[in-house]
Amino acid sequence: MKYLKKFGLASALATLSVNPALAQEAMSLDQKVNEVFAATTGPFVSLIFAPFPGTSFPWIVMWLVIAATIFTLYFGFVQLRFFSHSISLVKGDYSDPNDAGEVSHFQALATALSGTVGLGNIAGVAVAVGIGGPGATFWMILAGLLGMASKFTECTLGVKYRNEYEDGTVSGGPMYYMSKGFKELGLPGGKFLAILFSIFCILGALGGGNMFQANQAHAQISGIVGDYPGWITGLVFAAVVFAVIVGGIKSIANVTEKVVPFMGIMYVGAALIILIVNYDLIGWAFGQIFEGAFTGLGVAGGFVGALIQGFKRAAFSNEAGVGSAAIAHSAVRTKEPITEGFVSLLEPLIDTVVICTMTALVIIISQQLITDPETGMYVLNEAGSAVATIDGNSGVALTSAAFGSAISWFPFVLAIAVVLFAFSTMISWSYYGLKAWTYLFGEGKTTELIFKIIFCVFIVIGAAASLGPVIDFSDAAIFAMAVVNIFALYFLMKLVKKELESYSARLKAGEIKKFKH
Amino acid sequence: MPTKIIVGLDGAGSGSRALSYAERLAKLIGDCELVVVYVIEWSPFTFQTAEENAQRHKRREEELKIAHERVVDPAVKQLADDGFTASGIVRHGDVAETLNTIAMEQKADQIVVGRASDGGFAKRIFGSSTSNLVMHASMPVTVVG
Repeated sequence: MKYLKKFGLASALATLSVNPALAQEAMSLDQKVNEVFAATTGPFVSLIFAPFPGTSFPWIVMWLVIAATIFTLYFGFVQLRFFSHSISLVKGDYSDPNDAGEVSHFQALATALSGTVGLGNIAGVAVAVGIGGPGATFWMILAGLLGMASKFTECTLGVKYRNEYEDGTVSGGPMYYMSKGFKELGLPGGKFLAILFSIFCILGALGGGNMFQANQAHAQISGIVGDYPGWITGLVFAAVVFAVIVGGIKSIANVTEKVVPFMGIMYVGAALIILIVNYDLIGWAFGQIFEGAFTGLGVAGGFVGALIQGFKRAAFSNEAGVGSAAIAHSAVRTKEPITEGFVSLLEPLIDTVVICTMTALVIIISQQLITDPETGMYVLNEAGSAVATIDGNSGVALTSAAFGSAISWFPFVLAIAVVLFAFSTMISWSYYGLKAWTYLFGEGKTTELIFKIIFCVFIVIGAAASLGPVIDFSDAAIFAMAVVNIFALYFLMKLVKKELESYSARLKAGEIKKFKH
Repeated sequence: MPTKIIVGLDGAGSGSRALSYAERLAKLIGDCELVVVYVIEWSPFTFQTAEENAQRHKRREEELKIAHERVVDPAVKQLADDGFTASGIVRHGDVAETLNTIAMEQKADQIVVGRASDGGFAKRIFGSSTSNLVMHASMPVTVVG
């Protein structure tokens, strides 16, 4: 928060002193917000996305993928070996009936998913495919599959090292496994990492978990009712979120939690229908995905551009290695922390490998991306930064146009879905941010209230700013969490390995039994 | 070995009618043990917010305490005062399934339940929990009107 305030103040002053006439110009509130915001977050964004020297490849993307690969190898492809066991756990086959009434594996998974399934799957994928071409999908799926191991690692630790308070509530997440886990291993610096992570988690909550959501929700609504200032949407959203997280009006949250899964199913259902209707194009679409993955098919940056976009969007969508899921999953009641790790590895699979791929396939099959009929290569837009689309759409508008080309009324449903997804993601992230905030400043009504108010203010800023700076800052903040989290995971992964070995030995010996058959 | 009867309570009028019927039954049988059961409707497959999850353990303890204090313990005490061997169980879950599971665990001889909701004959003859129990139970079930 400190950084933001400092930057915010400095850049606001700079804007005033550099160009005093600016204030007199007829400048809309949206533009002002946008300008200050872009200037404020610029340095942070460039640091996180700094490319390897001499290349255009951001080091952060490599950082995530290498980590996911290392975890996959270190745990011997845990995502394959324990896949069916994960399903049994979610079904409740191993749940002790005497623990009925506690948070089940399914509930923890569903809660974590409602935080990740959302705009990343709808708008994020459109951004990836829009810039990186169909080939980005291939790298996205690969990153999703590898990311399952990262998720497994962090969620096991999240449950193992959570805090259980006397009143029966729990708090968990990377800040707790960093401080406690490092202490257990006799390593220094756990507390420092925990503080650093918490700062980035708060920024991530305000960025990807808040502003990006508000921004895209506004884009979606104004696309249907006509253009109007973003801060209006922002205020409405802020008021509703305020009612839920400050006012404690559970009924709104409850309705959302029940409608969102339904929307998710409907979204996948609609995508499936479009794919079935165009079944003859599915083979061609996969051809584009594979060819694009290794050649780029003319997109900006070639195949590396496709790879960067795919990896980036996958990480942003499923949050594997980011640490947020560890906060959501740590509420489960289980005697074996590792079981929650197994359950959590389904998350990137559902989020990225299934839902994101559906979106990508629909965009490709609906042929929103313009190709040169002679070369079969994708045509770039005027700026040369992305593939040209039929109506110049990008982000959620591209997904909407893709679905709309097959099912004319679907953009309306999608608009409702986007608004609800945005809302549920905000509620989830307000909780993640709050946990980081209370880790830093202590639990207490006043400190909690301060964070909640800041959170609501950022909704308005997010809705008013334009997509570019918002998406950059959102990505940067969320990836900054991953920098700290993965660094800590490298030290802590041997603790997970011990759990894994002990658990699989007992599972094999039949000591861990099913309660249901 | 005494006859074991499971009495399903719902905290409403029909539950107390089930209790008095079970008491009468026990008197007729003689050597009889009564287990009073209250099931808190709960499913592991619902959707909740992260905050609700974090507080779930606390809520569960509270729910169990309230169910014991308001429904089960007074019933057990009443039975004990009337000279019966009685015990009480509170558990979360699907009402019909959980009643049946507990009855199986207890090696009970039969289950006595109320007609469920007092919503009136026209609305529904059986509550869905009761009809589910009747259809799927692994032992005799008596439904008290």
